[in-house]
Amino acid sequence: MPNDIIPAMTLTIEQVEHIANLARLELSASEKERMSQQLSAILDYVNRLQSLDTAGIPPTSSVLPPRSVLRLDEPHPGLDLETLLRNAPETEADQFRVPPVLD
Amino acid sequence: MSTLTELSLSEVTTGLRHGNFSSRELAQAYLERIERLDPTLHTFLTLTPELALVQADQADQLLSDWRKNGGAAPSPLLGIPLAVKDILCVAGVRCTCGSRILENFIPPYNATSVARLRQAGMIILGKTNTDEFAMGSSTENSAYGVTHNPWDLSRVPGGSSGGSAAAVAAGLAPLALGTDTGGSVRQPASLCGVTGLKPTYGRVSRYGLVAFGSSLDVVGVFGHSAADAALVFAQMAGQDTLDATSVELPIPEFQPDASTEPSLHGLRVGVPGEYFITGMQPEVEAAIHQAITILEELGAVIQPVSLPHTQYALPVYYLIAPAEASANLARYDGVRYGPRQPAEVMWDVFRHTRGELFGPEVKRRIMLGTYALSAGYYDAYYGQAQKVRTLIKRDFDQAFTQVNLIATPATPNTAFRIGEHADDPLSMYLEDIFTLPANLAGVPGIAFPVGFDSKGLPIGMQLTAASFQEDLLFRAAHAYQQATDWHTRRPSLNQS
Repeated sequence: MPNDIIPAMTLTIEQVEHIANLARLELSASEKERMSQQLSAILDYVNRLQSLDTAGIPPTSSVLPPRSVLRLDEPHPGLDLETLLRNAPETEADQFRVPPVLD
Repeated sequence: MSTLTELSLSEVTTGLRHGNFSSRELAQAYLERIERLDPTLHTFLTLTPELALVQADQADQLLSDWRKNGGAAPSPLLGIPLAVKDILCVAGVRCTCGSRILENFIPPYNATSVARLRQAGMIILGKTNTDEFAMGSSTENSAYGVTHNPWDLSRVPGGSSGGSAAAVAAGLAPLALGTDTGGSVRQPASLCGVTGLKPTYGRVSRYGLVAFGSSLDVVGVFGHSAADAALVFAQMAGQDTLDATSVELPIPEFQPDASTEPSLHGLRVGVPGEYFITGMQPEVEAAIHQAITILEELGAVIQPVSLPHTQYALPVYYLIAPAEASANLARYDGVRYGPRQPAEVMWDVFRHTRGELFGPEVKRRIMLGTYALSAGYYDAYYGQAQKVRTLIKRDFDQAFTQVNLIATPATPNTAFRIGEHADDPLSMYLEDIFTLPANLAGVPGIAFPVGFDSKGLPIGMQLTAASFQEDLLFRAAHAYQQATDWHTRRPSLNQS
């Protein structure tokens, strides 16, 4: 039961750092502190869902009935390279340029 | 020519067709009014006067050709100005989404909704203010400053489409596009005293709408009346090969002039007790009951109806929407668009760009969504929220077997003061408590003014209908607006 795995909510600074890392968000020390307090309060509020018995209830991921949206795989003109690269902070040789991935 | 901005939409359409004034003169009148009033209101983030005048000249040419050669009547939207929320792409015009992370983004294509309205000949005046990535209920989360409510400059216009709602309320645009993920059209419409439509999920293409919560996002419209909103809706609705969730279904035509006497005979209107909560502003509650009485006088049958899971809509929404947002906003990493925070390695570019350029509410929702989706918590949070979403949708399905429409307040309170909810995100979230359920169920809703409180602030009623029955919303709201004149009231801004 969900009730067993979610105790009264406190999101520790360590948990905040873990989630921020998953989300690739650099947070300052004061942001982490505020995030811990505010997210704990929000999670405390949303925890009222745990009191509902949803055994046998299917999840809704879309309100629309599932249906096929397949189309013929035919090539058609898209945006040109120059247009696509125009908003990039750095490009080189018709590609997006980024710093090294590895140290 | 400033009086052109005071004409009703049908008067403008007639005037353009007869050649009493040109689309250029109309656009100029709005641009002049914007120049005069928007430094105070801050409804626009980007103005496009050159583009507007070029488009107006094209419309004038079409109108003059038609007057000369006859043929089928042009679209009633030909030559009519439009404001567009700055989260919908207009080709070649900066689209910030209210965020510094897109401060210099120029989309190379039009949103389908925008393209279809351009096809009808509408003129684009500019892009309106929004909470960052549509996350908020006041426009206070915009990185570019708050929009002021035209009825009281010390108050918010609502949000997230607050710029569009305030622009229409202040007469800076006759029509404006918004988007509604949890109430972002209906709540600001209510707070600004204009009519705002949230169509059924899937009815209007989301192509070119910068994604927030993809299972909830809908493009909507603001106008001074239900009849005005219906014109824009009919033009932009319909299936689009560029959005796999857009639905191929006929769009029932709404013709406001079909009958001379608007009647709601044969319509059943449900009133859910769950929407009349302790703590809501008593004047709002009274005005809604008064408006329901008018619907009854117009011939509707009023009956109680129950939506028993209403109290769970807020917690469900604040798990599902942030979860979808945390995935959608992963694309802002300083690689393909936006400014980049420099760093030695790519992972640090991601972290610093996102940490530096996203605002507090966006970071909060990314964190919340990431947590709800993370290993060990997915089933208890996201999974449970999706199941309760099913229960909320079933509430509506069940209710719409008994009634055609559901009447509720659009918001529990009238417009709140700028800064009133600062530093308390949960209290801000509660402002959307009556609009969130329709997004979770996918059903259409319309908000429109039904009175004013003692402070002179507009009060909005919300009607919801079963999926794809927008025509019922138009019919009922139009009948109400034929019988009352709340929607014709305008804030007194001319002296300011």
